[in-house]
Amino acid sequence: MRTDLATPVQRAPVINFGRRTVAIRRFGGRVSLRVDVRTLVVTAVLLAAALALAVVALGLGEFSVAVPDVVSALLGQSSGAVNMVVVEWRLPRVLLALLLGAAMGVSGAIFQSLTRNALGSPDVIGFNTGAYTGALVVILLMGGGYFAVSAGALVGGLVTAALVYLFAYKKGIQGFRLIIAGIAVSAMLASVNTFMILKASLEQAMSAAVWGAGSLNKITWEQVLPVVVVFAVLLAVLSLYGRRLGLLEMGDDAARALGVRLEGSRLVLAVVGVALTAMVTAAAGPIAFVSLAAPQLARRLTRSASVGMVPSAAMGAFLLVASDIVAQNLFAPIQLPVGVVTVSIGGCYLVWLLAREVKRQ
Amino acid sequence: MAVNRYRLLGLLAAISALVLVLWLSLAMGSKDVDFAALWPAITAYDGSPEHVIIHDLRLPRTVTGVVVGIALGLSGALIQALTRNPLADPGILGVNAGAGFFVVLGVALFGVTSIQEYIWFAFAGAVVATVAVYFIGSRGRGGATPLRLTLAGVALGAVLGGISSGITLLRPAVFDSMRSWSAGTLSNRTWEIFTTVAPFILVGTVIALAMARPLNAMAMGDDTARSLGANIVRTRAWTIVSVTLLCGAATAAAGPIGFVGLMVPHVARWIVGPDQRWILAYTLVLSPVLLLVSDILGRLILRPGEMQVGIITAFVGAPVLIWLIRRRKVSSL
Repeated sequence: MRTDLATPVQRAPVINFGRRTVAIRRFGGRVSLRVDVRTLVVTAVLLAAALALAVVALGLGEFSVAVPDVVSALLGQSSGAVNMVVVEWRLPRVLLALLLGAAMGVSGAIFQSLTRNALGSPDVIGFNTGAYTGALVVILLMGGGYFAVSAGALVGGLVTAALVYLFAYKKGIQGFRLIIAGIAVSAMLASVNTFMILKASLEQAMSAAVWGAGSLNKITWEQVLPVVVVFAVLLAVLSLYGRRLGLLEMGDDAARALGVRLEGSRLVLAVVGVALTAMVTAAAGPIAFVSLAAPQLARRLTRSASVGMVPSAAMGAFLLVASDIVAQNLFAPIQLPVGVVTVSIGGCYLVWLLAREVKRQ
Repeated sequence: MAVNRYRLLGLLAAISALVLVLWLSLAMGSKDVDFAALWPAITAYDGSPEHVIIHDLRLPRTVTGVVVGIALGLSGALIQALTRNPLADPGILGVNAGAGFFVVLGVALFGVTSIQEYIWFAFAGAVVATVAVYFIGSRGRGGATPLRLTLAGVALGAVLGGISSGITLLRPAVFDSMRSWSAGTLSNRTWEIFTTVAPFILVGTVIALAMARPLNAMAMGDDTARSLGANIVRTRAWTIVSVTLLCGAATAAAGPIGFVGLMVPHVARWIVGPDQRWILAYTLVLSPVLLLVSDILGRLILRPGEMQVGIITAFVGAPVLIWLIRRRKVSSL
């Protein structure tokens, strides 16, 4: 114990005011927002990186285009072959990669926040397996095109989610019962999927498997518009409910004390999360691991205590664009489904996470 | 004591069910044979077509089914106890992905085509994956904690699965062999396959049964287990050895068969409570019952064709699981 109390204080004590934030107030306080500086910077950097990669992706391929030419094509200043390749062929795919990546980041953030679990995902309720079943039925039995497959996947996924919910419902929903029911139903559907793949011709089975891995190949402008509209609607809903996530994370009692209606908010948020996943699956198949990895990576970069939706969205967009570049060019001219790449990257991320935890101990 | 008597009676009932299923498995299939002909076919083999079917086709298939069922069930029970995770199954430690990855490599690089050759690739893959998961999960001071093992298994499984599907999607021939392997089947199992995997499964089973008591202590948490005198590091290591042997051999013999390892230990736990000795005993008997019943159904559904047992197990098991969770309070670990 120090006894020299008489010693004069040499330096002013450093007071920790917490993280640096910027407050935004407009319209007489009706719009008021406090933004963490580090989160802002990280999100901006991620977005910039994602856009830069997107420009690079627009130039890469069998017919390569230099970056300045890509930019001028995007600004509508070029015509002919360059315009055709960049704007008509490649832009829809890159745009969709950005949008879907962001959607998966948000969806992952919602579920990880709701379940307070780094491994939480819409998969718990068997959505993706059901979507694959729906898509397989359309591809193998009905031989439908892109939109038919999307519809099949949507129906399959939603019916599965509803079934799991029903099986688990008995005077309310208990988390553990929901998970077990999800596993049971998923296991049954997975074996249906295996059987259908076995019985199909090799060619059909391969194209179904490509869909099942999640792929952005053969995307055109026709498929971008529906995604933009749905995404906009879901984001609008989310802007009303999103801030309650942070309150819900404090635990049920604290959230209730702070004025959050628990069940209603949870249901809306979960529905939006499932809808985002459904949108991604319908557009490009079940792309794995982005919704798992993006929120956690963003959380570590922003050094915040919980997963944030905006940084997660930026991270998701960045990850999917990067993965798609790898998927397109690793074995060019053969194109891998992007899901194969995201799974590998996601797995490596988990291993890295484990290694980091070891170091910290 | 009264409780133990009920448990024992239940176990006897399960064993009689197993015996019944064994006989059914010999008798039923694309060609039904007389029950009266079963015993002579085994003891006094005379080479008639009926005896050939029973002795050379269904008998090796049935005994392979029994050992594979035991291996899947026991490994599931051990992994659930070890990771204290009720959702854990052999798949979660990356075993199936590892086996699948090596089979893909075998088909793609070495042109392997027959089951006899698949076995060794699958076994090596399962062993390599489990060992790798254990080493990734057990680095650092905390050792192989349940959460880290699970994460490591999921991560490695994802990477290997991703690379496997990348390779198969690039090469249609490999894709074609893999889709039939990945369904998991007991058809065309010869005595050779049985004798190859049985020793591994036997050793794995012995180790598993020896782990029942230490795992009971571990169920109370690491600190309590330590104070009860259990050696945590040694228990974990031996459990992993046993799981590796069991899963590796089962996957090698029949391909990845899901759900048996996940479900049977749950059912056993619901019947007998948390004592691992009883759970393992019940699992030992009930897993082959589930696998053989599924296999028989697979033979009957598409007569004269067959449906792979790996496809049936989920359809037999899942409704039972849903019925159980709706009926009872769910058992936690």
